[in-house]
Amino acid sequence: MKPTYQQPTERGYYGQFGGAFIPEMLYPNVEELRQQYLSIMAEPEFQQEYQQLLRDYVGRPTPLFEAKRLSAKYNTRIYLKREDLCHTGAHKVNNTVGQILLAKRLGKTRIIAETGAGQHGVATATVCALMGMECIVYMGEVDMERQKPNVYRMRLLGAEVRAAMSGSRTLKDATNEAIRDWISNPVDTHYIIGSVVGPHPYPDLVARLQAVISEEMRKQLLEKTGSELPQYVVACVGGGSNAAGAFYHFLEEPSVQLVAVEAAGHGVHSGHSAATSVLGTPGIIHGSRTLLMQDEDGQITEPYSISAGLDYPGIGPLHAFLADSKRARFISIEDEDALKAVAECSRLEGIIPALETAHAIAALGQLGAGPDDVVVINLSGRGDKDLETYIKYADAIM
Amino acid sequence: MNRIKDAFAKKQKNLLNMYFTAGYPRLHDTVPLIKALSEAGADLIEIGMPFSDPLADGPVIQASSTVALANGMNLRVLFEQLQGIRQEVPETPILLMGYLNPVMQFGVDNFCREAAAAGADGIILPDLPLDDYVAEYQDIFRRHNLRPVFLITPQTAPERIRRIDELTDSFLYLVSGPGTTGGANTQAEGVQEAYFQRIEAMNLRNPRLIGFGIGDKASFQNACQYAEGAIIGSALIRALDGVDDAPAAAKRFVSSVLS
Repeated sequence: MKPTYQQPTERGYYGQFGGAFIPEMLYPNVEELRQQYLSIMAEPEFQQEYQQLLRDYVGRPTPLFEAKRLSAKYNTRIYLKREDLCHTGAHKVNNTVGQILLAKRLGKTRIIAETGAGQHGVATATVCALMGMECIVYMGEVDMERQKPNVYRMRLLGAEVRAAMSGSRTLKDATNEAIRDWISNPVDTHYIIGSVVGPHPYPDLVARLQAVISEEMRKQLLEKTGSELPQYVVACVGGGSNAAGAFYHFLEEPSVQLVAVEAAGHGVHSGHSAATSVLGTPGIIHGSRTLLMQDEDGQITEPYSISAGLDYPGIGPLHAFLADSKRARFISIEDEDALKAVAECSRLEGIIPALETAHAIAALGQLGAGPDDVVVINLSGRGDKDLETYIKYADAIM
Repeated sequence: MNRIKDAFAKKQKNLLNMYFTAGYPRLHDTVPLIKALSEAGADLIEIGMPFSDPLADGPVIQASSTVALANGMNLRVLFEQLQGIRQEVPETPILLMGYLNPVMQFGVDNFCREAAAAGADGIILPDLPLDDYVAEYQDIFRRHNLRPVFLITPQTAPERIRRIDELTDSFLYLVSGPGTTGGANTQAEGVQEAYFQRIEAMNLRNPRLIGFGIGDKASFQNACQYAEGAIIGSALIRALDGVDDAPAAAKRFVSSVLS
């Protein structure tokens, strides 16, 4: 089969990016998943259970909301895909619902996950509670401090939160620790990766589970605008799961401009940034060949963003391919502009977005969208978890 | 000529492979440590090339890698340090162990040329997939007379073990059980032995060294009952922590294992 943007090769490549660069200790688990994920996901019983949970538990379909005041400000037609209204407050749960059903069918009894902002950790802890599975979430010590409410939510849901103490003690290190846990527990454990990163088949698996976002968008756009296809789809990218979901059913539609928004931190070239598409070069991180931030010796460098969900030194291999092939446009947004976008969305639309999502909103001014263009922003998460940060930076926001 | 083959030809059992992280505890301890380990009786030496994100390693080797990188260790420095090592340590096989990304950034061909020129005999890259090795690396390794070493775990399927055995001419690295380097054996009694015996009964072409969780005389001798020898890493790194004279501490450690 010819590889496309949607479908990587059998070995998990999107162009030159992807693959499965894993130690032998992980090989049996990853290979089992690779051999089974497509057939399990195609089973009618799986689909029925998955769709039912998405509807009755997650609350799908999420609304596509015409943001009239934002539209007036930017003189274009802006629609918000309300993933913030998903159960647990972000798109992450679309993936965890699917993966927990997969884990059950693989006979696994113990679930591990990594988390940055805590949204994926909460979404994993949630589905583990629902299914009565043991759940261990790795989270960087720094992120545990930045996103305290989510740590308590995970614990309340019965998960054990383990602090990752190595490196910069953020998402990259939490992912390292989760992988080490999987190496140590090769038989009973499934690793629910939260983004379109990691060894094949994870990028494809997570993209397929998040693809429901763009599937719904097409139907809703047809109803509201008379066309399934907008001119722009905009989403923030850390590892890139919400962007993968928002782009998925538009990937093969060249008329749709895909806009991926990265975190520039204090400025792309300030040395405190997470703008991987600009600063990254091809290399291997967490089992995948992709673009990543590294020094000339191939040591992975520490990214920075005010947002705990975006400070990952790589991007998923699909996004590396979208950047490399120029299928998607990449924009980077600094901390301060993301904070301003928080206030803008809150006051114009009555929706307090997550810090990650605010980066996508902040890109509106750079799109060049005309008055008749339809722009869909994937509103990936709500801002409750970031209140402490918003209070701290109240002066910058207001 | 290959020193790995020679080492296994000369000594059929109880081979001790000692691992340490290049540039740890101090940047220029690398060569003195090779000499000390060899003089103290190590049969093979495995030099860790430090990486920022060593996924297969436990906390001890992670921490030593962080220190080594902070000390300024990188591949260029390591190859410079190794210049002339074969005048001083002519016979003991030297293996370079590390992760794929720094090697890729250095350039695989450059890396192999420099490694061979520096006197290395084998390469261990745990995150190099077998298929990628065959497709892209095998010819380069062969051209430079470098032998790959692949890991085998209790979960590795028999047909895959056969394939790994065919792909190298050095030794097989038997990971002792589930876990990263430096962990204790937490398997139920008899599970580990059954695994070692299962591999032994396969009558593979290559000799086997057991690693992960081997850290003293008792665990070394136990491992040697089931394989040609064993690999010790984290326990040596621990013994080097905070010492003034790393080579002397390394000698004492090897003596304690071989006594």
